[in-house]
Amino acid sequence: MRFSENWLREWVDPGVRRDELCLRLDMLGLEVESVTELGAGLEHIVVGQIIAAAPHPDADRLQVCRVDIGDSEPLQIVCGAANARVGLKAPLAKIGAQVGSLSIQAASLRGVESTGMLCSARELGLDDDASGLMELPADAAVGAPLAQFLGLPDASIELGLTPNRADCLGMLGLASDIAAAFDQPLTVPGGADGQAVAATIQDTRQVNLAAGADCPRYLCRVIDGVDASAPSPIWLSERLRRAGIRPVSAIVDVTSYVMLELGQPLHAFDQDRLQGAISVRHGRPKEALTLLDGSDVVIDEDFLVIADEAGAIALAGIMGGQESRVTDASSRILLESAHFRPAAIIGRARRLGLHTDASHRYERGVDPDLPRRAMERATALLLAIVGGQAGPVVEACDPAALPARKPVHLRQARIARLLGIDIPAARVAAILAGLDMQVQADADGQGWQVTPPSRRFDIAIEEDLIEEVARIHGYDQVPVRAPAGELAPTQPSEARLPDTRLRHALAARGWQEALTFAFVEHELLATWHLADGAIRLANPLSAELAVMRTRLLPGLVQALAYNRARQMPRLRLFELGRRFCLDGDQVRETDSLALAGCGPALAEHWQHQPARDFDFHDLKGELQALTGLGGEPAAWQFTATDQVPWLHPGRAATILHQGQPVGVIGSLHPSLLKALDLDEDVQVAEVDLDALRQAKVPRAQALSRYPQVRRDLALVVAADVPWQAIADAVRQAVGEDLEQLLVFDEYRGQGVGEGFKSLAMGLILRNPSRTLVDADADQAVARALAAVGEHFQAQLRS
Amino acid sequence: MTTPHSDSPGTAPALDLDNAPDQIVAATTLDGLEKLRVGLFGRHGLVTAQLKQLGGLSPEQRKQQGDRINRLKAQLQQQLAARKTELETAELDQRLATERIDVTLPGRNHAIGGVHPLTRTLERIVDIFSRFGYDVVEGPEIEDDWHNFEALNFPPDHPARAMHDTFYFPDGRMLRTHTSPVQIRAMAGRQPPIRLIAPGKVYRSDSDQTHSPMFHQVEGLVVGEGITMADLKGTLTAFLRGFFERDFQMRFKPTYFPFVEPGADVVIAWQLPDGSSRWLEVLGCGMVHPKVLANCGIDPERYTGFAFGMGLDRLAMLRYGVNDLRAFFENDVRFLQQFN
Repeated sequence: MRFSENWLREWVDPGVRRDELCLRLDMLGLEVESVTELGAGLEHIVVGQIIAAAPHPDADRLQVCRVDIGDSEPLQIVCGAANARVGLKAPLAKIGAQVGSLSIQAASLRGVESTGMLCSARELGLDDDASGLMELPADAAVGAPLAQFLGLPDASIELGLTPNRADCLGMLGLASDIAAAFDQPLTVPGGADGQAVAATIQDTRQVNLAAGADCPRYLCRVIDGVDASAPSPIWLSERLRRAGIRPVSAIVDVTSYVMLELGQPLHAFDQDRLQGAISVRHGRPKEALTLLDGSDVVIDEDFLVIADEAGAIALAGIMGGQESRVTDASSRILLESAHFRPAAIIGRARRLGLHTDASHRYERGVDPDLPRRAMERATALLLAIVGGQAGPVVEACDPAALPARKPVHLRQARIARLLGIDIPAARVAAILAGLDMQVQADADGQGWQVTPPSRRFDIAIEEDLIEEVARIHGYDQVPVRAPAGELAPTQPSEARLPDTRLRHALAARGWQEALTFAFVEHELLATWHLADGAIRLANPLSAELAVMRTRLLPGLVQALAYNRARQMPRLRLFELGRRFCLDGDQVRETDSLALAGCGPALAEHWQHQPARDFDFHDLKGELQALTGLGGEPAAWQFTATDQVPWLHPGRAATILHQGQPVGVIGSLHPSLLKALDLDEDVQVAEVDLDALRQAKVPRAQALSRYPQVRRDLALVVAADVPWQAIADAVRQAVGEDLEQLLVFDEYRGQGVGEGFKSLAMGLILRNPSRTLVDADADQAVARALAAVGEHFQAQLRS
Repeated sequence: MTTPHSDSPGTAPALDLDNAPDQIVAATTLDGLEKLRVGLFGRHGLVTAQLKQLGGLSPEQRKQQGDRINRLKAQLQQQLAARKTELETAELDQRLATERIDVTLPGRNHAIGGVHPLTRTLERIVDIFSRFGYDVVEGPEIEDDWHNFEALNFPPDHPARAMHDTFYFPDGRMLRTHTSPVQIRAMAGRQPPIRLIAPGKVYRSDSDQTHSPMFHQVEGLVVGEGITMADLKGTLTAFLRGFFERDFQMRFKPTYFPFVEPGADVVIAWQLPDGSSRWLEVLGCGMVHPKVLANCGIDPERYTGFAFGMGLDRLAMLRYGVNDLRAFFENDVRFLQQFN
């Protein structure tokens, strides 16, 4: 809602300056989005009239005009505007005026003296129209200061109204609210009270209400003999402009003006293009209509239309039809003023990709008592501006279907319970009465029956009234009470690791947390072979953000590549977030942790180190630092897999937690690296967070007082036997005395046969109740050797 | 430190009991000193030899000679020990001098990581509210119409819905447009007193310097007996001043959210670098609408409550001086590392 400040001040004088008014509007819940000052700096700009115009001797596009500004001698002005013509009245900036950044001085334009400048509306900062000189009406007094003529200075104030405050979409409602807030009387400008205009002709058009409660009231009136080509008077078109509405023609402008003034949308039809009675009805299946803006729409029963006997002539509450529109040639018009139920209008315009001033208001609710007042007001204005004779008002109404103004009960005690402040009863009653509510005190003095005015669609329950009281009394009057109250916090379980632990463990190890979008490009998932089960958005913002991620890694690796392209040599990125999968018709959201790293294993350093790239086992080590946080490292296992299409088949593992697969780790598949335009190996892992969050509450064990014994041995086994299998077999064979099993070398090459590898391991043995002697250790080693010999044909390396 | 090398054979005079004290003082290495000790007290040492001769003397002479030799022995041993300490100290000093390193060279593997600035901000918010006794709860990011709109008192096609540029799925589900649905889920599962915050990702179909199609909110909900708007104002005032670690003017402005009544926007007077200040909207809040309580099976006559919602990203931008919201999701590590 945009409006002229001067216009508002005709309705109510708050007695404060503009900035304070705007602050108060804000504090009333009528948020001021912008204030545009108008007509400041219009000194030395006056109404001028071109009394002669001749082509410039030396320039095709210029004219040399003589302009009367009421002085004894007209001014000579060189002007390039196409609409400059004899008789036109337009703003003239005299020498000394400031037009935008231009200081007006006497100048010679291609050899012809020019002593001022004729201006467009845009040059004066009054309007965006730069198509030519601003055309002033014929009755503008020559030589009068332009500011005075236009009612300037002024400001165009734009409010960002919330959907509940439709009552403020007209000056009447807005001014009423401000009058209540400032405790000032409301002055209804002459004519805006909607005094009846007597009929001077008998022409009418019959109306049938055929849409039940969706349209309980419809008024129309014929006006005959109008001059449809008449322009609007300057005061009217200026008010429209300052409300952000472009003047069109007097008839259309009057309907817009009354809508701004009272909040009631109106429409004018060309009476001679209508056939038979008007009916308000629901649309028919696939009913077609061409709208005022030239667009063709196809509607259905869900829409409400205004129709004549030939078919739909307007989309009720949204926009009139092209066929029945008023043109400059129209001489008889039918003026419409109706009430539509918000639920019958809501969402319909949007479905057609439309949004109009009328639909904006009807969707939010227009005062059902307004149509007649608006009809009379518009009639009076039309007769004064475009002439003609008015017929009687035809009103069709279904009173039972009009929205009822139900009283709402307000308890004084409830005000304090909700706001935490006692507001005296007299103050409460006065605030509500000031908002045009009918207030009836209860017999016991503990509350009130309050009936809101018919324009307040938002008042339905007690809390709505309490908000009104708080709003006018001032939210700043509500005290500030320090946090207090009954606590009932859930105690955190030690058996669940908070995500912060995981995050900070990674951060301390040099990992950087990233945050990528939860929706990605379908193509990206397809490249990763991760598009199965991906959920598509019906209305994505772009193709890049069209499907929900099924894993975090595609997005995270994109972030890695982004940084790689910015010359970052060593990257370690992680992300915690949700991944989404369709599981039947259910959506599964899984909290996930993803890791991606590339570049040197160690940060570049001054001491020579053999340069080595971050590899699978580096990442595995990082991951094991996390899986260790839960206190049960043995619950985690890694088994080789070649079934993950986006991972290197020889460098990939399934991550198991308590035997369940909960993630994957590996080197990105070379084909994927190529597809993603990455020029080096990238190590990645993704694990379900729920598994990582599980923690064991520690239980202290007695320590053995006896020394440990260590035996090292090197085995030669087939190259494809995994260490894990050897380790499991050794543990099984040695039993409880094996405190720790280390692997300290893996070797392939000279001295070990082709297809074999050597594994060097350390067995650390200890018994809780006695000292182990050499013979014990020898036996343990013998059992281990026997087991690996039997299962894997492993030999002691000679 | 250099000392003349004086104990090589040939240059030193033969050891005798008279010159022994001088020789001990002149010893410049621990090895040399050890040789002197052996020469005096070893099996064939000069002092040892004298002690051996005592056996052949008369008791009177033995006592006389014995006392003399023992005094000499004690004196020499003390001199040996003193010189040994001197030489050891000198040797350690020399070693320490050769082991000097450049302590200003960087440490090994000092790559520093960090959490995302939004995580950092959230952890701070959670910390503050945890001290007020709030639980942290989460909810799904893909929501149904009931939880995202209907239960929060947004009727179908209501204009307030149009203010949420919603991402839909073909089956009618949607990406949640706010964290408020977590209120519904939390209240449906418990009875008052309730005191929780619900942080998480939210989605709206909008993208520019101050809008991202994915962003973060932190929802707050308190329901109990005797909860008033004064508690709401007190809680948010304490939170905002605690979060920003500074005092500023604050205003609660009436506004409209379908799920609260009365509703308010909170604006703070934000100090700009040039010393002026500007009103900035930092969160929305209000008293929980009785319909919402009733939708969740909570008696609105007995219980009242307040709810608030804040933009995590916006708070982080203000706190850390980030001008472009999109920087949070670009993941340029040069940006991220500024928060480590």
